[in-house]
Amino acid sequence: MVSLKQLDLTDLSVRQVNEYLHGGLLEERPARVEILNPDGLHSIAAGLDTEVDIDILGHAGYFIAGMNQRARVTIHGNVGWSVAENIMSGVVRVKGHASECAGASGHGGLLVIEGDASSRCGISLKGTEIVVGGSVGHFSAFMAQAGTLVVCGDAGPNLGDSLYEATIYVRGSIHSFGADAREEEMQADDFEKVAELLSRAEMNYDAREFKRVSSARSLYHWNADAHQEY
Amino acid sequence: MLSVCGIVGFLARRDADRERLGQLVTPMLECMATRGPDSAGLALFHRPLPASRRFALSTRDRGFDWQALAESCQQELGLPAPVAALDNHASLVSELQPDIFKPWLTSTFPEVHLLSTGHAIEIFKDEGHPEEIARRFHFTEMVGTHVVGHTRMATESAVSPAHAHPFTAGEDFCLVHNGSLSNPYSVRRKLESLGIAFETDNDTEAGCRFLEWRMREGDTLETAIEVAQAELDGFYTFLMATADKLVLVRDAFACKPAVVAETDDYVAVSSEFRSLAHLPDIKHAHVYEPAPEQIYSWSV
Amino acid sequence: MSSDKSIQREESASFNEHSLFYIRQAAEYGLYEIRGMGAKRRVPSFDDLIFLSASASRYPLEGYREKCESKTVLGTRYAKQPIELEIPITIAGMSFGSLSANVKEALGQAATQMGTSTTTGDGGMTPEERESSKTLVYQCLPSRYGFNPNDLRKADAIEMVLGQGAKPGGGGMLLGQKVSPRVAQMRTLPEGIDQRSACRHPDWTGPDDLKIKIEELREITDWKIPVYVKMGATRVREDVKLAVKAGADVVVIDGMQGGTAATQQVFIEHTGIPTLAALPLAVEALSDMNVLGEVQLIISGGIRTGADVAKALALGADAVSIGQGVLVALGCNHHAYQRADGEEVDVTADYAKLGTAPGYCHHCHTGQCPVGITTQDPELEPRLIPEVGAKRLKNYLQVLNMELTTLARACGKSNVHHLEKEDLAALTVEAAAMAKVPLAGTSWIPGTGSV
Repeated sequence: MVSLKQLDLTDLSVRQVNEYLHGGLLEERPARVEILNPDGLHSIAAGLDTEVDIDILGHAGYFIAGMNQRARVTIHGNVGWSVAENIMSGVVRVKGHASECAGASGHGGLLVIEGDASSRCGISLKGTEIVVGGSVGHFSAFMAQAGTLVVCGDAGPNLGDSLYEATIYVRGSIHSFGADAREEEMQADDFEKVAELLSRAEMNYDAREFKRVSSARSLYHWNADAHQEY
Repeated sequence: MLSVCGIVGFLARRDADRERLGQLVTPMLECMATRGPDSAGLALFHRPLPASRRFALSTRDRGFDWQALAESCQQELGLPAPVAALDNHASLVSELQPDIFKPWLTSTFPEVHLLSTGHAIEIFKDEGHPEEIARRFHFTEMVGTHVVGHTRMATESAVSPAHAHPFTAGEDFCLVHNGSLSNPYSVRRKLESLGIAFETDNDTEAGCRFLEWRMREGDTLETAIEVAQAELDGFYTFLMATADKLVLVRDAFACKPAVVAETDDYVAVSSEFRSLAHLPDIKHAHVYEPAPEQIYSWSV
Repeated sequence: MSSDKSIQREESASFNEHSLFYIRQAAEYGLYEIRGMGAKRRVPSFDDLIFLSASASRYPLEGYREKCESKTVLGTRYAKQPIELEIPITIAGMSFGSLSANVKEALGQAATQMGTSTTTGDGGMTPEERESSKTLVYQCLPSRYGFNPNDLRKADAIEMVLGQGAKPGGGGMLLGQKVSPRVAQMRTLPEGIDQRSACRHPDWTGPDDLKIKIEELREITDWKIPVYVKMGATRVREDVKLAVKAGADVVVIDGMQGGTAATQQVFIEHTGIPTLAALPLAVEALSDMNVLGEVQLIISGGIRTGADVAKALALGADAVSIGQGVLVALGCNHHAYQRADGEEVDVTADYAKLGTAPGYCHHCHTGQCPVGITTQDPELEPRLIPEVGAKRLKNYLQVLNMELTTLARACGKSNVHHLEKEDLAALTVEAAAMAKVPLAGTSWIPGTGSV
């Protein structure tokens, strides 16, 4: 058993790295895997289904840790589009900024973005908990169905457009709400939830500073009065 | 014809980087070949020539006699017109006025295509894999202040150099586009009714000529973009350049990617971070994503 | 006094009974009409083509003795494990949610017996469906309802859905009455609410980024299974090329007659081009890119008969996909459902409750399907018994393949994939122009300049 496995993307292809993470890893069982020189490459550590700590050292491309299950993946840099898309479980942490559609359609697990997340963060969310240390771009949590988006900075235009049952908490300012999203009063369990997520994400803010945003549920049933929103 | 592709841009803030511009930019362009393997192009901005203009020319004939063209130009139009030739591309520098040179070129050498006109701009573009084009036109040896480049995934049967980006209109202006405009034909008809001629059916050309028309009407590029935002519908990341500026804007939906890296030495723009990873000191660069509808402008 | 024939009683062609009704409905409800099934208007179709089967210049194969191969392989371009089918007729993607679990099971059983594939839909993969289907194509849709890596790894192929023929450019829709507890749970949504699926994918936009997405799916599945790209038929030539450039193993083109469980009627009748017109464009696009035979083509949208299948193959499709025809085989629009003992139970009254009658029903969206197919209602669902449905569907698929091989043999082919467009002639000028085959009795293909 090795304690640290290093995989260098200057020598290996993404295919070779993922092949190891889907196969060889299960036999070698390293405690930690370091992936060096990601240099914006895509789909690194996609489709993992094992308990392992993975550190990606540098900026990475699209779909990093896509569909993750159980693994704990840390990216020590920025990521491109759709980090941890469709994540099921485990933890994905971005030390830098995330581009568009972070955590898109995620079903479970925790996604932490220490920097800013761009547009459509948490789009189509289905249960994942996302904590963003910085701000989020426009149309974040678009059509989010379940799960939580915690934003420690500001939220861009059209926050929570066509929101279903996901909940959004924002510490900073909200540029504008999307269709059917509205601010609601924080309740005791909201404070608890935010405090718990901030603690798991290792973010040092006071839950009392956050606002709650959720669906007004006025689009849940087809009706002529809401025709502009369909 | 939509614009499926990778786009890149680079503005050097220091002379040392201007001297090695080609070495910095060529890998950026080649990396984006995965987004666009069928054709590539690049607009290089030299230090502006005070009186002369640079006419960038290309033809399909790889063995074309550029010297003969230069000589016949000088004989028939009466002003010196030296050419620097690179395979099927040539750059002709002359004090000739465009309204004299262009009709002469069209009638005398109809097989030669005028790619760009201006005191600073020189466009290179052709069909083929971006790496092959970079090699053919010695992109690594480029010297200049700033560059915009493009790699294209083509959909038409014949991939033609004319369809390759960058698109240009007027002088010292060019544009590359990732996305797909949804009303290019009505924009085009509007411009055609004003006497503006088109060379291709590409949606990007409509955007490019619209902006150039606004600038001729007196708008700054930034104002022209604001007007265009109301007129052009669809999805776009536009990267533009003039003799002294690099300008970037994304549509309101911002569905097509762009990433910017800035240091004290340079501004670099690309569709994907991947193509910026080799740049000097990238680890300490301010790397960010342009916000929707916001106009980003960097001056030389 | 004026008679029915007089000008006093002449119906306006523009404002006929149909238009008047439409305007009154719009004025009354303030909402566009949602319905199921495909386009009802007449469009040029495979019916407008005929085969030039063998006589003296070609020799036919004996129908009852000489074998005609119908094996079909899909996904040979990049996948380690291409799909191998016994017949070139596949079952189109239809969601659990729009259909009941019983129906999904019946589809799997029949397809498995016939050696062909079924496809999931906008609602994820059910265990019943996986278990009953030997070959199952897993759709990746904009909504991503129920999409997960465990099911992805169980799939035999992935179908990336950019759109469908009934509603290219539009998203799916599932009205609240069909969102049962199980459907709601699979889709991570509250029970009983009207679901509006997205029209674009949540994690990529445009073919250049689709290329990266497809690579991600291949990485996750270790490059084993094929990736299909399915699109509604609009700008077919460009779209097919872009799908190929984005890395598709198989391109699926769904013509305007393609069905849906529920969408705006304005989409169904006014978007997309007919299947007959779409198919030759798709073939030309593959040919332009020199990937004929490397990237397979599936065509769908209004395929009903073995003759339709044969004509589609002759025009260059590698396989067809069927949705509505399959539902009709199960009993859709029939006046009765079949009990386990074989007895038929008349449900004309249930059709009447929906305001319709057998033969005219497009009320899939209501979830009140009188024959228990497009429903989640615990009282209606048992009307379709999986084994009964599977038997009927197997029969239907068998007839289609028998008709296909019969026509192929009559054209002198020992393999259905050897049918070619020169085996066809058109009965109408429209069909000749769209299919790019000569008008019968002439060598004229309108629009090509050839005489």
